[in-house]
Amino acid sequence: MKVKEQQQILFKSRQIENIGELDVYAQHGGYEGLKRALAMKPDDLIELVKASGLRGRGGAGFPTGMKWSFVPKTPGKPKYLCVNCDESEPGTCKDRELVEEQPHQLIEGIAICCWAVGIETAFLYIRGEMLEGYLALRKAIDEAYKAGFLGKSVMKSGYKLDIVLHRGAGAYICGEESALLSSLEGGRGFPRLKPPFPAISGLYACPTVINNVETLSTLPHILVNGAEWYAGFGTEKSKGTRIFCLSGHVKKPGNYEMELTSTMRDLIFGCGGGILEDKELKAIIPGGASAPMLTREHLDVGLDFESIAAAGSMAGSGAVVVMHQDTCMVGAILRIMEFFEEESCGKCTPCREGTRWMRDVLIRIHSGHGQKSDLDLLLSVCGNLAGKSFCPLGDASTSCVTSGLRYFKDEFEHLVEHKKSKYSLGAYDPRLVAAHH
Amino acid sequence: MSLLTPALQDEIRQMMARYPKPRSAILGALHRVQEELGWLSPEAQAEVAALFDMPAGEVDSLVTFYYMYFRKPMGRYVIKVCRSISCYLRGSDQLRCHLQDKLGIQRGETTADGMFSLVEGECLAACDGAPAVQINDRFVENVTSEMLDGLLEELRKGSSRFPAWPEPCKP
Repeated sequence: MKVKEQQQILFKSRQIENIGELDVYAQHGGYEGLKRALAMKPDDLIELVKASGLRGRGGAGFPTGMKWSFVPKTPGKPKYLCVNCDESEPGTCKDRELVEEQPHQLIEGIAICCWAVGIETAFLYIRGEMLEGYLALRKAIDEAYKAGFLGKSVMKSGYKLDIVLHRGAGAYICGEESALLSSLEGGRGFPRLKPPFPAISGLYACPTVINNVETLSTLPHILVNGAEWYAGFGTEKSKGTRIFCLSGHVKKPGNYEMELTSTMRDLIFGCGGGILEDKELKAIIPGGASAPMLTREHLDVGLDFESIAAAGSMAGSGAVVVMHQDTCMVGAILRIMEFFEEESCGKCTPCREGTRWMRDVLIRIHSGHGQKSDLDLLLSVCGNLAGKSFCPLGDASTSCVTSGLRYFKDEFEHLVEHKKSKYSLGAYDPRLVAAHH
Repeated sequence: MSLLTPALQDEIRQMMARYPKPRSAILGALHRVQEELGWLSPEAQAEVAALFDMPAGEVDSLVTFYYMYFRKPMGRYVIKVCRSISCYLRGSDQLRCHLQDKLGIQRGETTADGMFSLVEGECLAACDGAPAVQINDRFVENVTSEMLDGLLEELRKGSSRFPAWPEPCKP
């Protein structure tokens, strides 16, 4: 079967040596998009981005132009952009490549967004673990200031823009936009109640736009090639391309930029070269650890937001994690739950306690001490968590359990009955788990 | 005597001036203090708190929340093994066990000579290069046990690829 190839927009310059340097970036058309944006009225620019159909690439898929238009136009309080580069959804590794390899593409996108919304200060929140990305961005921001793409008069337009680079310090929750604001203000990364939404009252209680790295990095290309050009890619509701982070049991893991008309099969068997050692595909996580798992029955599902939602999961962060036939699904689900238990911020009781309960029950089943009633107990905890936690982390933690019990219930039952997994990868091994269980 | 040198204090004040509210600089300040002192002792935290005009307990609540801050002296090289799903599927548990055997320590511990600490991390955004580890926050991808043996040798001799943490200040 013919599979779709990659369609590179953000990755167009990926192979160019030293594209992270300003001179090289400028030689290849860099900052042309910003030049065009500055020649436009901000309102027209917002309309252009709306017309392109660009939707946020952080996870929720909210239309970018519309998000910008919610920021009040009235002068008064300063307005801010917070760039979300706290990429930490398990399986996701695209923003890291974008900032390490092509930092100027992001900086240009930031400047375009800020001009459209009337923002003079952008905060770039990069997760602490990305030290190398932080150093690449620091160098690129310095270069951009010196060349006049940032600072007192952006490209001699009289428009003033500053970027403040801000390092996180290790907490998944800070990728949740309101928690990111709490962290940026110097507190624990606790999520906040919405409304008020950040567009009205965000950072320092001022109007704030929060956009993902990939979203912003797309903007220069829309400015140069036009909204219609961008909207010409993808489906009716999911326009353009998206970077998919393919990992797990595939022959060629990697970041692949695909048009949103592509399918799981295109990604896994086309780009990824198929399953490791030509084994059977067993499970697919289509959008990071927060997304419900799918199976090999879903290979022809489209990669666009709507198709993945219709299949019962979510496109999330674009992280596609593949598991083959030897994988013990209870072991894999336990590992995902250990992540959520570790990263639950502790603010609300359902999530703090629920993730721990689920982890403990999963350990019990995985280690061969489970009871038949544990399966219902897991679902009962999920029911008391989903929709009842303060922020989406709690809901997300239930996805692997509910989808795991939907598609792989037989593995849970087998473990309860026979006390031992049939599968070699991730079967219970006291040596592997003893230290923290 | 102050643990934070006058130069470091100045640097932190400059960081504070970059934000509309100075407190926003606290995470960056703690990173810098840790880089200089090797870890965030209660005494160091108290000095940071004084600079920010915050109660020391509030600094402690941040240091305990964000896991990259060290609350005890660590080795010169902190080896962080990613344990999240993509690395797990590619054998990260086996790598971690290999390091435990090689170094004779468990997770969260430091070798007696103060050279190595072994920690686990959650998804490090290197899923396309799984299994991945970080050595003092620098990535190494597609890691094998043999590679780890070579890396330990390289680090023992002192490596330009992986700048060492400073000798931790006395508790």
